[in-house]
Amino acid sequence: MNKVVKSIKEAITLCGLKDGMRISFHHHLRNGDHVINMVMEEIANMGYRDLTVNASSVFDIHAPLITHIKNNVVTGLEVNYMGAAVGREVSSGIMQKPVDFRSHGGRPSDIENGKTPIDIAFIAAPSSDNMGNCSGKYGKSACGSLGYAFVDAMNAKKVVVITDNLVEYPLYDFSIQETYVDYVVCVDKIGDPTGIVSGTTKITRDPVGLMMASYATKVIQSSGLLKDGFSFQTGAGGASLAVAKYLKDIMLKENIKGSFGMGGITSYLVDMLEAGCFETLMDVQCFDLRAVQSIRDNPRHREVTASHYASPSAKSAIVDNLDVVILGATQIDTDFNVNVHTDSNGFIMGGSGGHSDTAAGAKLTMIVAPLTRARLSIVVDKVLCVSTPGNTVDVLVTQRGIAVNPRRGDLKERLLASGLPVVDIHDLKRIADGITGVPKEVKLGSKTVANVIYRDGTVIDKIKNTL
Amino acid sequence: MEIKKKATAGTLESSDIFVQVEPNDNGIEINITSIVYNQFGEDIERTVREVLSEFGVNSVKIQLKDRGAVECAIRARIETALKRAEGMED
Repeated sequence: MNKVVKSIKEAITLCGLKDGMRISFHHHLRNGDHVINMVMEEIANMGYRDLTVNASSVFDIHAPLITHIKNNVVTGLEVNYMGAAVGREVSSGIMQKPVDFRSHGGRPSDIENGKTPIDIAFIAAPSSDNMGNCSGKYGKSACGSLGYAFVDAMNAKKVVVITDNLVEYPLYDFSIQETYVDYVVCVDKIGDPTGIVSGTTKITRDPVGLMMASYATKVIQSSGLLKDGFSFQTGAGGASLAVAKYLKDIMLKENIKGSFGMGGITSYLVDMLEAGCFETLMDVQCFDLRAVQSIRDNPRHREVTASHYASPSAKSAIVDNLDVVILGATQIDTDFNVNVHTDSNGFIMGGSGGHSDTAAGAKLTMIVAPLTRARLSIVVDKVLCVSTPGNTVDVLVTQRGIAVNPRRGDLKERLLASGLPVVDIHDLKRIADGITGVPKEVKLGSKTVANVIYRDGTVIDKIKNTL
Repeated sequence: MEIKKKATAGTLESSDIFVQVEPNDNGIEINITSIVYNQFGEDIERTVREVLSEFGVNSVKIQLKDRGAVECAIRARIETALKRAEGMED
């Protein structure tokens, strides 16, 4: 038996694709991914229509999707994150049916419970054998963890692995196993390595960013959570990385033995693992080359599935055991609701990813952001889109002060006792408006272009078209 | 103030504004592009007119490419461009 077929076209035919079906993709190759475009071009050429694309994320490299949408090849889109290139077009109203946004935990949950059954999953794999045992850790297009792809492999009716590195059977260090895979296609190139992972991720040198990072670190210290058994997640932004570096120094100096780092793994979390700050790293996605190398070589650096990471319907998930998470925001309102879906003009340029999942799970959810960006205040009266509800957000750290959610009076007391500059979030907004002036309200249309589906399945917001 | 030659000030960095002024035969011609036009377009134009009036400029073609500069930065960039256009500094 051999599952290798000659081309993507042959795999599509053998899988029995029909108009109206739902097909899926993962985003581990990020902005270097060629697989979505290759598969969709083939599908368009074969004359299929009315497909729903369920992808864990789409990036700017996937701009050809816009043409497939305009030609009615794609009429449904379900994602956890959408880059500005496709987002701008969706915001202008090119789709008849609204996009469904989920979170990194909500997506696998809805695939498993049958709300979004996948007909065919196309899984980009940096290495695979001829039976479909595959991994992201090896090959010229290595991306590390394949965490988001497991749910697709385990639940889709048909599964096609697309690789550019076909190896001898068996690929012993597989992530996804052959039992789920129907066909394997070998192509020249599944992606562009420079877009898949960053060569390096660097901490910020901007004094404002470093000041925010310093405050954020002190908030963690003062929270009472930084002790043996500490668990932590942060993103790849420059200020977030600076917090990781500051935390490492403190943990080493005070001999604190943490439990795990979660992510979105960067070299800074790998440094913390190797220095003994954590017992293990739980990795759903690698952000840089060092993380890829670490997940391959260090058995304490574990690959985890999206369900294990964040699913709200799993019997338990890692986010439920998280002490501290550091998150970003394009806007936060005076009720602490956070927008990470749209920019200040209402154009889609992001998505929850794991934002709302980790916020719901973590004991301390911290938003770290500069008070103003280019004459726009981060703090607003009402966010243009609620991505993460304010009742799951504990504290906002800016360079001009730290605002604590009134629900967390205990935390406010601790921060005040540590001498940190705690301010009311309404005062932060006044400070920002004093710098920028009072902005005119942005007017949006009446057509819903996207639904934001919270991890519990409720639609927490509807994104309207831009004018 | 008389605009004697073409002059520029500022950059296209985030939170800055690029201003270009040049002589104009009949009156004031203002062209603004801004990443925050929806929020501050009218404020920016008012600032431009105020600075021009403070310097007694009656004829100028002024182009502004705004990357989200705050009002004091906009004022400073316009002022510098005007002084350069008059030959007060280079």
